[in-house]
Amino acid sequence: MSDHGMIIIGAGETGARAAAELRSLGWAGRITLIGEEAHAPYERPPLSKQMLQEEDQPSPASILLAEHTAEQRIELRKAYKAVAIDTRNHRITLNDGSSLTYERLLLATGAQPRKLASPQPGSDSPLAWTGVFYLRTYGDAVSLRERLQPRKRIAVIGGGFIGLEVAASARARGCEVTVIEAGPRILMRGVPEAIAGIVAARHQSAGVQFKLGSAIAGMSSSKEEYLIRFGNGDSLACDTIVAGIGAIPETALASESGLAVENGILVDERLATSDPDIFAAGDCCSFPHPLYGGRRIRLESWRNAQDQGTHAAGSMLGAAAAYAAVPWFWSDQYDLTLQVAGLPDAGTTTVHRSLGAKGDLFFHLTAENRLAAASGIGGPGIAKDIRLAEMIIASQAVLDAEVLTQPELKLKALLRS
Amino acid sequence: MAYEGWIAACEEEDIEEEDVIRFDYEDRTFAIYRSAKNEYFATDGYCTHEKFHLADGLVMGNYIECPKHNGRFDYTTGEAKRAPVCQALKTYPLKQESGHIWIRIN
Ligand SMILES: Cc1cc2nc3c(=O)[nH]c(=O)nc-3n(C[C@H](O)[C@H](O)[C@H](O)COP(=O)(O)OP(=O)(O)OC[C@H]3O[C@@H](n4cnc5c(N)ncnc54)[C@H](O)[C@@H]3O)c2cc1C
Ligand code: FES
Repeated sequence: MSDHGMIIIGAGETGARAAAELRSLGWAGRITLIGEEAHAPYERPPLSKQMLQEEDQPSPASILLAEHTAEQRIELRKAYKAVAIDTRNHRITLNDGSSLTYERLLLATGAQPRKLASPQPGSDSPLAWTGVFYLRTYGDAVSLRERLQPRKRIAVIGGGFIGLEVAASARARGCEVTVIEAGPRILMRGVPEAIAGIVAARHQSAGVQFKLGSAIAGMSSSKEEYLIRFGNGDSLACDTIVAGIGAIPETALASESGLAVENGILVDERLATSDPDIFAAGDCCSFPHPLYGGRRIRLESWRNAQDQGTHAAGSMLGAAAAYAAVPWFWSDQYDLTLQVAGLPDAGTTTVHRSLGAKGDLFFHLTAENRLAAASGIGGPGIAKDIRLAEMIIASQAVLDAEVLTQPELKLKALLRS
Repeated sequence: MAYEGWIAACEEEDIEEEDVIRFDYEDRTFAIYRSAKNEYFATDGYCTHEKFHLADGLVMGNYIECPKHNGRFDYTTGEAKRAPVCQALKTYPLKQESGHIWIRIN
């Protein structure tokens, strides 16, 4: 009955890792990886970084080497979309009408860019309306990089990570860049104000303009340019509009099949959905995190995609372990790198630790003085301490906040004690 | 003293226990490790995933973890041990003599 063995829907970071892990855990049957995109699984993080900056258009950065995919007998079905799941009969239907049966199914459908709601010029617009650019796929990056020509005016809507990385890349290509943010500061989600300040200052010194607290009232175009109008009557003229205003988990297939959805496909600590033979992992799912009192979260982070894909493979084969990896995220803008381990908003106090020329660390402690998160900004020299902090978060040790600020303290020593 | 084909890289005490430093020679760059058991090893400096230097990474047991995306290598053999790295690191022979460390890079 289950002639296709393990089926994975979504051939992104999560799906690719799950497929590889199923094989390394010893699953000998079929593994079918179904992906809507035309490419073999590739990494998304470079899309807002190298992909926009480099002179020559880079190819997609493949996640699995082609020879490994063949060797591990992973059947990759590129450019196929799964359109329905019949949970009773363990059967999925693809967009060409064909159907496949599964033993266990993994949904790794990721997320889609949130679209702007504000009114946009229509086909009657005097300047051919290229539309607002969004960035999620390789194709999106190819179209956007064409627009990043020297001296072109780029308006970036949204002061989150993707918007800011696009801004930095556009400056590197010699564009004039304005970042528009509805909130009072950039990076409202997930990093302390001190870090947002350092990032903003770096952008300003690179020549990026900010329009903060600016709600967009509408867009129009003249013959030569687009115009963004703000609530307060101001307007901004530009050549290209890019929006990075968040992502929405891809849950349509799950909810149409009757699976529970709550800010993403709802899974338990093993990553099983409300159907015990169907699992979900990566950007598309929300899961309870044991290190944060079982709080349900959804992450949009590359390492979580890898780790959950890997974990889900074990769960599909019957492992009982709970997924408890410490959340981890990074972003690169200019020569600055930012790394966050844990969930900063789970902390109640923040202490600062200077690493001198290497950068700055911020520890976010809970009311019980356990480490909820650590965030760092600076050069590559912050990485080691963030990694150690990640292990301290996982240990749930009670700490002395004062000690963390002392430059002579070695974080490695805290782990040994 | 000098050995044929060997290059003086650093002193034993330049590297802390269970740590790594960077060593540059002409236009090449390397990472030199000291294990918790006080053994020394050398590999290429840059990660095989992207061009980031491993000397900023964390040494744990026989592993070096890349500072950029936490890919992992066994620095004693160069083997790739954790995604996203899938390509091994090149390793180089080292020699210790009265506190000095020599590397052979050809
Ligand atoms: C521009 C950009 C930059 C980023 N930079 C960073 C960074 O610096 N650091 C960081 O930690 N994270 C970063 N991320 C986030 C990271 O890339 C994501 O968290 C990760 O890609 C999630 O992997 P995923 O496999 O869960 O989802 P996705 O990568 O979205 O993959 C899901 C795949 O499933 C396919 N799919 C969906 N529905 C179906 C269906 N019904 N049938 C078939 N296929 C389907 C989609 O087409 C897609 O290819 C970035 C993301 C973007 C977009
Ligand atoms: S650069 Fe080393 S893991 Fe990516």
